[in-house]
Amino acid sequence: MNEKRNGLKEKIVNSQIWRSMFRHGYENTGRRYTLQILQNVWLHLHPPRVPRHGINFRFTWCMGGITFLMFLVTAVTGVLLMFYYRPTAEYAFRDVQYLEFDIPFGMLLRNMHRWAAHGMVIAVMLHMFRVFLTGSYKKPREFNWGVGVILLVVTLFLSFTGYLLPWDQLAFWAVTVGTNMARATPVLGHEGPFHPQDITQENDVRFALLGGTIVGPSTLLRFYILHCVAVPLLASVLMALHFWRVRKDGGISGPL
Amino acid sequence: MEHLLALITKPDNVPILAIVFLLPYFTWLSFSQGRKNDRAGTPAEAALKDKVYVWPYLCRNEFICAIIILLILAVWSITIDAPLEEPSDPTKTPNPSKAPWYFLALQEMLVYFDPWIAGVVLPGLIIVGLIAIPYVDINPKGKGYYTLKERPFAIATFCFGFIILWITLMVVGTFLRGPGWNFFAPWKYWDPHKVVPLTNVNLSYKFGIRDVLTANVFGFVVVAGYFALGPIFYLWKKRSSEFLQELGLVRYIVVSFLFLTMLSLPIKMILRWVWNIKYIWVSPWFNI
Repeated sequence: MNEKRNGLKEKIVNSQIWRSMFRHGYENTGRRYTLQILQNVWLHLHPPRVPRHGINFRFTWCMGGITFLMFLVTAVTGVLLMFYYRPTAEYAFRDVQYLEFDIPFGMLLRNMHRWAAHGMVIAVMLHMFRVFLTGSYKKPREFNWGVGVILLVVTLFLSFTGYLLPWDQLAFWAVTVGTNMARATPVLGHEGPFHPQDITQENDVRFALLGGTIVGPSTLLRFYILHCVAVPLLASVLMALHFWRVRKDGGISGPL
Repeated sequence: MEHLLALITKPDNVPILAIVFLLPYFTWLSFSQGRKNDRAGTPAEAALKDKVYVWPYLCRNEFICAIIILLILAVWSITIDAPLEEPSDPTKTPNPSKAPWYFLALQEMLVYFDPWIAGVVLPGLIIVGLIAIPYVDINPKGKGYYTLKERPFAIATFCFGFIILWITLMVVGTFLRGPGWNFFAPWKYWDPHKVVPLTNVNLSYKFGIRDVLTANVFGFVVVAGYFALGPIFYLWKKRSSEFLQELGLVRYIVVSFLFLTMLSLPIKMILRWVWNIKYIWVSPWFNI
């Protein structure tokens, strides 16, 4: 019986279909471990081998990875949420209510999206804290630290644009308070110092952000497009650059 | 007390609660490793010169980490619902109106600075300053391991900025700022009718200056003098300090400007609390 099963396994593993998908075997050798990383599109982000402290939780805190994981969770749940949500002042709030009360697992979906977004903000802050404390921004990683700072800002902006979308009192006033700052931008805001006479509340930088003089339907549409298309695209491009540079700058930082 | 409990258990404040526990833990974790490395002379990571295969060792750790995090997220999402208040109404302003929690340190700065500084200039300088760090920190030590002794200034400055100014102000803004953005002790009821007398005066007034033009000049001298502290210190110490010579004038000016700007926040907080100072420099175009 056992022999028969082993024979069957050999047959499957050596078949043309199997070998076309999985190019390496499963023997316990360093060569196979290396191929496992090099020949896998998802894993080839990693080098085949890392310094021993690179797998130590006490050193890395896993925070960069958790940030990326949270981004993936928000991307998947976000796409599902888009099926039920219309970014117009008439429907936005109703759609969120409908999602919460009538869609199977709708509430869970929304919760996961929101908490993963908050988790991403926490993780990205702690990631920066760790990278600073280990001095990992030092030569030759200066540029990648800068990319990371931009990614931190992009993360906050992603979370902020998403905050408006439920279109309830919490969302509306949080975004009102947040964007009120733009009035005071020097030169470009209508209440900022050194603004020219031509800059009024109808053409300043806050107007560009809101699409109006107060948070309104066009703000909702703007934030929706920024949140679902523009900023995630930017974040993805920067993440690709960030991960690539980690490899090119010598992998995880270490004392040598 | 009940209302504080209600505030803490508000769904959107859960992340802040998480930070209140996570940040001290990770600070302790890094400091204890730093002390250990400093005592041993060589970082613990240096002893482990060998490399390990990513598959299976790192991938296994990542997989376990992802499962644990997703489990926490699932439990969090099942037990606590995302908030949804009444439909938005531009005519009904809640008091207090607060920005999302991660911007509350900025909103807290509005108490001490005008919007153009607290909301635009300082956030911009935080971003620029963070990006500038690797280019102004010329200390070659402490790369890739935890240490306290080898880079005391860098660690102290960053921890002060991150833990005290960013996170603590965020917590204060969330839990201790009530209606009218007034300060409420944790055990106090958030009274929307609380009256706080506005007795703040400008620094020039405190010094007996009543004339607008003199006050303007006085404010300029104080602010310029404050930022001149950096270059003055440089000229004074340049000859005797090898470190300053190596750092160079440009790097030094960037560091001292950013450092003094960061310190201006706690300085202005103390001036406000102790002497009710509103502005340092009042000019026809802007106030600082």
